[in-house]
Amino acid sequence: MKRIGLTGDEAIAYAAKQCDVDVVSAYPITPQTIIVEKYSEYVANGEVDTEFVNVESEHSALSACIGASLTGARVFTATASQGLALMHELLYIASSLRCPIVMGIANRALSAPLNIHGDHSDMMGSRDCGWIQIFAENAQEAYDWTIQAFRLSEDPEVLLPSSINIDGFIISHSMEGVEVLEDEAVRAFLPPRSDARAIDPNRPLTIGPVALPDYYFEFKRQQAEVMKKVPPVLERVCREFGKISGRRYGKFQSYGMEDARTAIICMGSAAGTARHVAKALRGKGEKVGVVKLWLYRPFPADELVRELEGLKSVVVMDRAISFGAPLGPLCSDLIGAIYGKLPKLKVMNAIYGLGGRDITAKEIEGIYREGLRMAKAKAPMVRVKYVGVRE
Amino acid sequence: MSAVEKRLGWRKVPPGGAISEAGSSALYKTGTWRSFRPVIDEAKCTKCLICWIYCPDMAVRRINDGVEIDYEYCKGCGICATECPVKAIRMEEE
Ligand code: SF4
Ligand code: SF4
Repeated sequence: MKRIGLTGDEAIAYAAKQCDVDVVSAYPITPQTIIVEKYSEYVANGEVDTEFVNVESEHSALSACIGASLTGARVFTATASQGLALMHELLYIASSLRCPIVMGIANRALSAPLNIHGDHSDMMGSRDCGWIQIFAENAQEAYDWTIQAFRLSEDPEVLLPSSINIDGFIISHSMEGVEVLEDEAVRAFLPPRSDARAIDPNRPLTIGPVALPDYYFEFKRQQAEVMKKVPPVLERVCREFGKISGRRYGKFQSYGMEDARTAIICMGSAAGTARHVAKALRGKGEKVGVVKLWLYRPFPADELVRELEGLKSVVVMDRAISFGAPLGPLCSDLIGAIYGKLPKLKVMNAIYGLGGRDITAKEIEGIYREGLRMAKAKAPMVRVKYVGVRE
Repeated sequence: MSAVEKRLGWRKVPPGGAISEAGSSALYKTGTWRSFRPVIDEAKCTKCLICWIYCPDMAVRRINDGVEIDYEYCKGCGICATECPVKAIRMEEE
């Protein structure tokens, strides 16, 4: 194992390179561009044996990926923001046709107004598309999750596409020391893909036929069930990855949760700041914790309920708005998970960081203080607060 | 193909909706969708086969040297009637 300097984007590209990908089709878009730029460099230098399909849009990129994946190829792509939005209809087709494509996403705000910086609006707009959705906190996690995602997606029990999300610019463009595995170690962890269903001229198949009211529902019901197979396979993949890397992943990561009265639940780069603030507050005797969600879809509802047992209040941080909904997307999921199970838990939804607005340690400390106040006072059970926006 | 006939439950439908046997569309009798029925006037028909080429559902069949409509699959779209150069096809309300 060696340590090299990589940005979040480069870490994802480097991982994909080691995963012996057969086909890449992608279209550049800030802040993801470096992923495909780096990967096309590997192709040009002969460092990988990959067919790089150049296309004129993200819609075509994912279309090409779906076709390639159906032949049994290992397929990788990457996008962000408007590009992900343009892929929207293909996102559903990829998961519904059970294509284990892996995609890097450097999360970015959606227009209008035009903004190239990081927030989770793009992925949240696609949260129901049937993909496995993983959020990485930093470049190391982005690297590790990309490798694990291929194993998870291609598992015969799963066969679903995965997205590895990193915060645009904050992670995609920041360089870190990343511990990378030897090529052989990755190859041993991730054998070549084999899929008995791969299309083959000698065994004709109809893929993507019409299914009218008499059949469509059954296919969707089955897809809902397949999502439930993801968590146990993920546990197995993470355990094995832990053995070769020394880094143990799972559905989420907890800090200070043994005795916490209040905790922050968040995803992506904000988790680092939350941990930093929690550590300082715990030093002063405040019982605060952090739950950083890695696996957003399928949502680890039961495990989160167990993790939050004993807390007085929780602050759910959403880097996206669900317009017209009572809460942000992550907080809605959490309330759905705890309903009837943790009836006394008070929930604050902190909506923050849109369009790349920084979230500071001071603001997070304020969030914790409110969480603690909420735990004590006769505060309402649920409230929403916009953090860091000018009034 | 058998899947369509048996009305399988969600546990049994093939993953990804793939169909491994050919010809499943023949099992969908789309004739029930029809609200107008094309009727060919044999006296006017010149057997030019334009309707046979244009029918999007292959519901115009060739017989001997002429044509007939297969009402099990004809959806009644009226394309044949529009395209017939001698107006030999009439659309009658079902
Ligand atoms: S009405 Fe439409 S479906 Fe029926 S025979 Fe004519 S063209 Fe074909
Ligand atoms: S298009 Fe009209 S004339 Fe030609 S074969 Fe059909 S019905 Fe007969």
